[in-house]
Amino acid sequence: LVTTGVGAKTYRRIRFILIQNRAGKTRLAKWYMQFDDDEKQKLIEEVHAVVTVRDAKHTNFVEFRNFKIIYRRYAGLYFCICVDVTDNNLAYLEGIHNFVEVLNEYFHNVCELDLVFNFYKVYTVVDEMFLAGEIRETSQTKVLKQLLMLQSLE
Amino acid sequence: MPAVSKGDGMRGLAVFISDIRNCKSKEAEIKRINKELANIRSKFKGDKALDGYSKKKYVCKLLFIFLLGHDIDFGHMEAVNLLSSNKYTEKQIGYLFISVLVNSNSDLISLINNAIKNDLSSRNPTFMNLALHCIANVGSREMAEAFAAEVPRILVAGDTMDSVKQSAALCLLRLNRTSPDLVPMGEWTTRVVHLLNDQHLGVVTAATSLITTLAQKSPEDFKTSVSLAVARLSRIVSSASTDLQDYTYYFVAAPWLSVKLLRLLQCYPPPEDGAIRGRLTECLETILNKAQEPPKSKKVQHSNAKNAVLFEAISLIIHHDSEPTLLVRACNQLGQFLQHRETNLRYLALESMCTLASSEFSHEAVKTHIETVINALKSERDVSVRQRAVDLLYAMCDRSNAKQIVAEMLSYLETADYSIREEIVLKVAILAEKYAVDYTWYVDTILNLIRFAGDYVSDEVWYRVIQIVINRDEVQGYAAKTVFEALQAPACHENLVKVGGYILGEFGNLIAGDSRSSPLIQFDLLHSKFHLCSVPTRALLLSAYIKFINLFPEVKGTIQEVLRSDSQLRNADVELQQRAVEYLRLSCIASTDILATVLEEMPPFPERESSILAKLKRKKGPGNLHLDLDENRKERSVNGGTADHSSTTSNAKAPMPPQASAVPVLRSAGPLFQVFASPTTSTDLLGLGSTIATQNSAPPASKGASLLVDVFSGNTAAFPVETPVAVGPVADENFSRFVCKNNGVLYENQLLQIGLKSEFRQNLGRMYVFFGNKTSTQFMNFAASVVCQDALQAQLNVHAKPADPTVDGGAQLQQILNIECVSDFVDAPVLNIQFRYGGTLQNIAVKLPITLNKFFQPTEMTSLDFFQRWKQLGAPQQEVQNIFKARHSMDIEVTKAKIMGFGAALLDGVDPNPFNFVGAGVIHTKTTQVGCLLRLEPNTQAQMYRLTLRTSRGTVSQRLCDLLSEQF
Repeated sequence: LVTTGVGAKTYRRIRFILIQNRAGKTRLAKWYMQFDDDEKQKLIEEVHAVVTVRDAKHTNFVEFRNFKIIYRRYAGLYFCICVDVTDNNLAYLEGIHNFVEVLNEYFHNVCELDLVFNFYKVYTVVDEMFLAGEIRETSQTKVLKQLLMLQSLE
Repeated sequence: MPAVSKGDGMRGLAVFISDIRNCKSKEAEIKRINKELANIRSKFKGDKALDGYSKKKYVCKLLFIFLLGHDIDFGHMEAVNLLSSNKYTEKQIGYLFISVLVNSNSDLISLINNAIKNDLSSRNPTFMNLALHCIANVGSREMAEAFAAEVPRILVAGDTMDSVKQSAALCLLRLNRTSPDLVPMGEWTTRVVHLLNDQHLGVVTAATSLITTLAQKSPEDFKTSVSLAVARLSRIVSSASTDLQDYTYYFVAAPWLSVKLLRLLQCYPPPEDGAIRGRLTECLETILNKAQEPPKSKKVQHSNAKNAVLFEAISLIIHHDSEPTLLVRACNQLGQFLQHRETNLRYLALESMCTLASSEFSHEAVKTHIETVINALKSERDVSVRQRAVDLLYAMCDRSNAKQIVAEMLSYLETADYSIREEIVLKVAILAEKYAVDYTWYVDTILNLIRFAGDYVSDEVWYRVIQIVINRDEVQGYAAKTVFEALQAPACHENLVKVGGYILGEFGNLIAGDSRSSPLIQFDLLHSKFHLCSVPTRALLLSAYIKFINLFPEVKGTIQEVLRSDSQLRNADVELQQRAVEYLRLSCIASTDILATVLEEMPPFPERESSILAKLKRKKGPGNLHLDLDENRKERSVNGGTADHSSTTSNAKAPMPPQASAVPVLRSAGPLFQVFASPTTSTDLLGLGSTIATQNSAPPASKGASLLVDVFSGNTAAFPVETPVAVGPVADENFSRFVCKNNGVLYENQLLQIGLKSEFRQNLGRMYVFFGNKTSTQFMNFAASVVCQDALQAQLNVHAKPADPTVDGGAQLQQILNIECVSDFVDAPVLNIQFRYGGTLQNIAVKLPITLNKFFQPTEMTSLDFFQRWKQLGAPQQEVQNIFKARHSMDIEVTKAKIMGFGAALLDGVDPNPFNFVGAGVIHTKTTQVGCLLRLEPNTQAQMYRLTLRTSRGTVSQRLCDLLSEQF
């Protein structure tokens, strides 16, 4: 039934992924933990508040409640991943970039509007690359091949 | 690659989104949305059957509206219909709607599950993936029940497509996290481990996550994964940068997979097999070597990916903590990063070095970087980086560098960010104490702390300095001299006045020989601060004055005059007034001998762990943080283990004063003559009034008491206080003992014992409270009342019948409480007791053990009924689960008795596992009845329990789970 874990570093995974613009509008929210709607709204506002005050001289990591946010800014958009404090910062930082490069290929020079008008496709991209709070697929070639295949279906 | 055009395929959706974007105001947006909702509703209700395309479009619009933050209360059925479409785009929108608007609407759940089932067996990889992603995203119990057997089958089947395997692996991981009991290990486990050998690196990536999670729960079953993971890792790190093609990211071979494999290996100790161990060491060396090679690209992506692997390798090296050369190499590498131009790397190096500092092999190597770290503290722009520098300095501190580190932290404190000052203060205080060779340095350091950051110096810190000064003769004179000098400053922090008042009151005589610090000068100095201080500090100063009268008879007249002044004797504050009156009286009546006894120097404090350390742990510990959703809490309690317990218990006890907090506090207003009481001699030195019973009350107290009762006899009329005094802390030590029983002793101190006897039926109860007077003197003005605070007022009625106002010495008084439970509740009522004993007003507050489970009526049921009910109560909010360490021995009979005492019927032969306990009952409240099922699963090997409560009300489940968890 229950055995004690090896240590505090054992449970690590993504808690949520957020894409927000500078004004705080959410462009994607993907949750890997149960939250009620009020809590989600609160989290979205808090993340916006802690991330937007930081400049280029700051790290890409912020402590957040008892988690941390790994984030990267692309033009007016902040891509944020919330993970456990012991998780690997740089792996997720590049995880974000990998994801952004896929979006960029898929939407051909992606811009904020693409994410707005195709919000339902962005979820598909996320599910190809991240599932159940874990990294599912990292190969851009494989992900794009799959997305184009889906695109061709009716 | 072809680009996706805006909203292609669904013009109506694109138009609608454009409209919303063009809305000039929130009102306009809402208006547009309402119009759209009306339109969609009419389409869904219309006679004409909608085609798949329209249905998809409208469901997608609803989803968009929901994501904008508006409630959606229809369309679920249409979304479910889309699931059975044969077209991918329609199915996808259906699944997306279900995943985003998870709804435990039971009729829909079975339809959804049905659609998923069809897709899983469709052999169409695209549809299978959609279904698996939906299960992984929703992860509800119903889905776990329906698919826990099917998903592993798909995962290990020989003909499953790679992309489906990836999804199945992570889907299984999700189900295992949310409903581990429904995902039993099976013959599939070995085949899952062998996925580490899979040709497709995407499959390996997903499988590694799954195996890591499973291995944390049952390391034995997945032991074989170690050698496979090492082999895989070895192949990756030794490959040329182009070997892995698709999985090479900016010239780094499979960085994410490497990180995951290194993580998996952190679930295990170093491999015992020499060959595997050697191969792993080679891998780690290769990774460290690569960090020294010139970069293959100038892009930050390249160095980030490379360093992600490096940091995870260092984590593994630290986890093993067995290879001194690797540890030192890791440390040197991090040392280089400390000066890197990338802020991220400097931050991560500081963080990682903190853990290296605690290894005996690398502690010295870490210390060589002290100058760089100090420099970081001074020059970093990002406060979080400076915070890490503070952490690292704290971690690398030892006797050899303590003075330097403490000095640097102190000077940093003057400019430090407000957000981290308190923590730095605690750290400095701990280091100064821990590494003090001579205590004059310690005293100087703490006074400097107060000087630089007085507002951030918590009570624990100044208590501790006093404790130490009292316990060490050699530093007392120095301390007196130093505080005397520090108090000369025209504006000094109130905390300094407290420390100064206390120390001069005790040891002022040690410097009184010097004419520059004669008794009168000392007194004038202290009294010059008096009027600027808060009430507690003034109270402390008054106590210092009475101590002065004992130390220096020559200033007696001056001090008496101060005490006698109207501003003291008629002070509006009861505490101050009472002190002034009593101290004045004491100084007039008592002989020098009595004074010397009563106001004797404080005895040494017992040595104990610093309360500051406890505070720092509390601050850092997991207990006070939240975002505590169920699954998160569960996991934390498993892996936090005992540490978590201690932090919650210490939190629970926090309001209870002295025992832990070292120096007596003059905070509780009731008792007088807490002149500087020490925990060893009981909180009140004179035994006159005590709200807190002490474990080992020392004999001198009673001697003092008889003395002073005489002094004050017949004097009660002079006491100015008749108004109720602020209630002190509420005693709750015995509270949890009453959860599973109804009779016993609730509270006891030197004067009073409170016993309870109670009975409950349905939503009503009666409690007999017995107040026993342990002394030979009558208690006067005795009154006991029950208070239900805040929400409890509406949830629970407690009516106390009036009782006699006096309790004779040695006698017992009985009071009856009638109780009615109106609705379910969490807090407990407080029993407030007030009486006058020997002239002192006593105030006692005790938490009354009226808990929700008292209104349980047991229900017998068969195994079949039980599991049927269990399934019906399966919504996430209805179930509360707690996994915790056993605090008592795990005796079966005791456990049974406790569950029955808790009020539920203990159901035998219901759980297939004979070692588990299940129970059932109904909670009766005036407004409603709540059926409750509980299941307790002991694991004797791990000394842990898992307790699951399912009731129709989430609040009831939570409360019952909290109450019962405390009992084992």
